[in-house]
Amino acid sequence: MSSQQLTYLIEGAGGTLLLSVLTFIFAGLLGLAIALARVSAAAAVRRIAAAYIQVIQGTPLLVLMGVCYYGPNLAGMDSVPALFAATLALTIQSSAFFGEIWRGCIQSVAKSQWEAAECLGLGRLQRMVHVILPQALRIATPPTVGFMVQIVKNTSIASLVIGYAELSYNAKILNNSTFEPFLYFGLAAMLYFAICYPLSRWSRQLEGRLNVAGG
Amino acid sequence: MTYQFDFSSVLAYWPLFLDGAWTTIQMSFWATLAGFIIGVLCAVARTGGPRRLRQIVTVYVEVIRNTPLLIQSYFLIFGMASVGIRMPIMAGAVLALVINIGAYTCEIVRAGIESVHKGQREAGACLGLSPGQVYWYVILRPAIERVYPALASQYVLLMLVTSILSAVGANELFGASNQVQANTFRNFEVFIVLWVAYLALTALVRGAFWAVGQCVFVRRRKLGTPL
Repeated sequence: MSSQQLTYLIEGAGGTLLLSVLTFIFAGLLGLAIALARVSAAAAVRRIAAAYIQVIQGTPLLVLMGVCYYGPNLAGMDSVPALFAATLALTIQSSAFFGEIWRGCIQSVAKSQWEAAECLGLGRLQRMVHVILPQALRIATPPTVGFMVQIVKNTSIASLVIGYAELSYNAKILNNSTFEPFLYFGLAAMLYFAICYPLSRWSRQLEGRLNVAGG
Repeated sequence: MTYQFDFSSVLAYWPLFLDGAWTTIQMSFWATLAGFIIGVLCAVARTGGPRRLRQIVTVYVEVIRNTPLLIQSYFLIFGMASVGIRMPIMAGAVLALVINIGAYTCEIVRAGIESVHKGQREAGACLGLSPGQVYWYVILRPAIERVYPALASQYVLLMLVTSILSAVGANELFGASNQVQANTFRNFEVFIVLWVAYLALTALVRGAFWAVGQCVFVRRRKLGTPL
């Protein structure tokens, strides 16, 4: 294995990280909106958000990738950059999971807190921003960090339909020209592990701290 | 220019889609069954086995849960081919899925086992149950009943990720659709058909797990209370 090939793999890991970070940012924003819609006072909004979660969680990411890659073409965009299509598909998928995770966190804030905020005369928005969300955030951190691991792993699917050059894609290319699958896929697995394992450990640590605090 | 949708030429390939869906169901079924057995055995080993065995299972679970399924299946299937081990593509695909889902099952069942209160075991022993009976009736069965919903969602996800195995040549629903794309050049329509097909499969799998739950967890069905 030459140093050039190793550099190529590391570049792929860079692509994986970029895609993961973009997905985390956009899916975080959309997921927060969905979580809030899930606990909305309007029944119709709640139902739409629930339907979105159900449909997206029942769709393979690979199919979403295809829809996001070929769909914008039909709407008149000439060529869709691979990074854009991959980020879009991952954002749609991850936002459904974030929405469901965070809904649980918001609803697990003690009922008395909601009532107390109302008694103090806070409006709906004030109650959410100043009372509920700060408390939900503490509960939400461990599962959110845990789901970041899923995002990193899911970016590997972007190599299939879309052909975005991330770690799996580059490892496949190297294997196609050298026929050393154990070496290149083993190295790729180690790079993924190096990104994901610290996140997993961190998530577990946060969870442990939460349990000690009696949350 | 507006795009003219043409679903009829895609749907003309319905026998291919149906065949692919059947393969997806079969792959999911065998992977779920074998993965459940391996996962439970690993969970038992990880919570009460000898120290060495516990370490091995922990390494297995951590490695699998922190690397993508795609890389795992490339490693396994292309790797085995490179050292001359030949196996049918379906067997290799199911093997990759089993190794993957076994680790997830292990984590979920382990959480269930650890949630059984120590007092329950002592109570079981006080009632004169043998250690084996205590393990089976007081620990393992209630543990699995408690985590059954989590297991069911994990296995629905498993059915969805069988699509990834098309990358190593498995001819399941997604793999079969590649041929339709090549023949019709109607990529977008193919993906819409796939989307609907997978939603139907998801509903089917969820329904199947509900039915199995009703049959297996008689106590829950009759009392309607979670453990």
